[in-house]
Amino acid sequence: MSTNTLTQGIDLDAAWQLHPQVSVRPERFGALLYHFGTRRLSFLKTPALLAVVNSLASQPSARAACAAAGVTGAELPAYARALATLEASQMICSRGPA
Amino acid sequence: MTAQPGSLVQEFKFGLAAPICLTWELTYACNLSCVHCLSSSGRRDPRELSTDECKRVIDELERMQVFYVNIGGGEPTVRPDFWELVDYATAHHVGVKFSTNGVKITPDVAARLAGSDYIDVQISLDGATAEVNDAVRGPGSYATALRAMRHLADAGFRGFKISVVMTRQNVGQLDAFKEIADRFGAQLRITRLRPSGRGADVWDELHPTAGQQRQLYDWLLAHGESVLTGDSFFHLAGYGEGLPGLNMCGAGRVVCLIDPVGDVYACPFAIHDAFLAGSVRDRGGFAEVWQSSELFGRLRGEQSGGACTSCSAFDACQGGCMAAKFFTGLPLDGPDPECVRGHGERALATAGYGPVPRPSGDHSHRGRPHGRPVPVTIGMGPPGAELVQRGVPDRACDQSPLAGFRPSAAG
Repeated sequence: MSTNTLTQGIDLDAAWQLHPQVSVRPERFGALLYHFGTRRLSFLKTPALLAVVNSLASQPSARAACAAAGVTGAELPAYARALATLEASQMICSRGPA
Repeated sequence: MTAQPGSLVQEFKFGLAAPICLTWELTYACNLSCVHCLSSSGRRDPRELSTDECKRVIDELERMQVFYVNIGGGEPTVRPDFWELVDYATAHHVGVKFSTNGVKITPDVAARLAGSDYIDVQISLDGATAEVNDAVRGPGSYATALRAMRHLADAGFRGFKISVVMTRQNVGQLDAFKEIADRFGAQLRITRLRPSGRGADVWDELHPTAGQQRQLYDWLLAHGESVLTGDSFFHLAGYGEGLPGLNMCGAGRVVCLIDPVGDVYACPFAIHDAFLAGSVRDRGGFAEVWQSSELFGRLRGEQSGGACTSCSAFDACQGGCMAAKFFTGLPLDGPDPECVRGHGERALATAGYGPVPRPSGDHSHRGRPHGRPVPVTIGMGPPGAELVQRGVPDRACDQSPLAGFRPSAAG
């Protein structure tokens, strides 16, 4: 995870998934995430980001997951950065033949 | 994505769907009689939850997606069904962090604990030397704790916690505690002494002096990256720079306590009828208490800061700890007894020590007077701790609000 990735966001055209050791609990503001391996908490601050995270595994790419959650083109860079933050803390991970 | 950090903290004040920091004291039975025990433990209560009742609570925690529970007591490992309950919880996706004085941590147990990602262990130690520790926790307790640490380290358990309650006698030992933690590959966790339980009886003698509070604050700023506090010292934010964490009272909002008989209190330091929200034995179980109790509803509403709101530090310290005020007889909308501006001391002096609320239950051992703390020499503190950029220990909290809370995380 480079600083550049955190600034630019993750590769939106790659396939991602929630880390298998992560539990997601919906909350009014979005959701709480807990990683049983690292014992870290994270926070999703919007319901849309929760929808994106929940659909990562069933969508071909992060871009598709964002589109399915109604994320607009203007909002996309912010979501890419949020997903990069989640990847840095191992809350999400890449999927498929990587 | 545009949310400011403050707005998330605001959301937390309104309460969550389930607690983040749930403390569950499994028994009042304990082999020790620590002078500052916040739950006045010693003897088992005949009404304690049965194994089946405990499992039903765990089922409910699983449904509510409580990620983990902080199990304590008493000494939880003296319950004959302790390991059965730990296994049941982890099999149902509820992680377990338990606090122990180490009495049952044999090499075999340590090996078993080291094998699970879902279990974390916290060994209590209140002195970096036997002299200071045993004065508070009882003869032999230092040796017991150190033996347990050695067993855990030998079994390859990395990053277990060493939990220290800060007292007037041990603030000067902070560096020594850190050295012990480093020696065992453990992580140091320090928390605030509360005048709760038997702690009310010794608070005057044991709570850090004003000078020591400053020393502690400087030490925490210098070590923020590596030391956990359970957001325990948010009243010290009044000095200026905030410490890692939410810097708010989490009682009934993100924190609560289930006691050994199933009663649900707003926080582990507030075992008193005034903070009793209900019981897991009630018809709606724990979920209904958490979601619908009248007390928790009030705690999640607007809180009055009273006289404190005119103080320039109020935004930082939020008036301090509810339990500390309550059990020293101070009004809940007044200053913390350890207010860094000295307002608490003045309030206590003005009010005098009249009758203060007593904890609702006392399970102390009978016929054996609690050892009184013996006077010890307070060593030199850390040399002028230079302010380094503080980091956020990214571990979830245990007995109090959200250590490692990072409002800026994830968008």
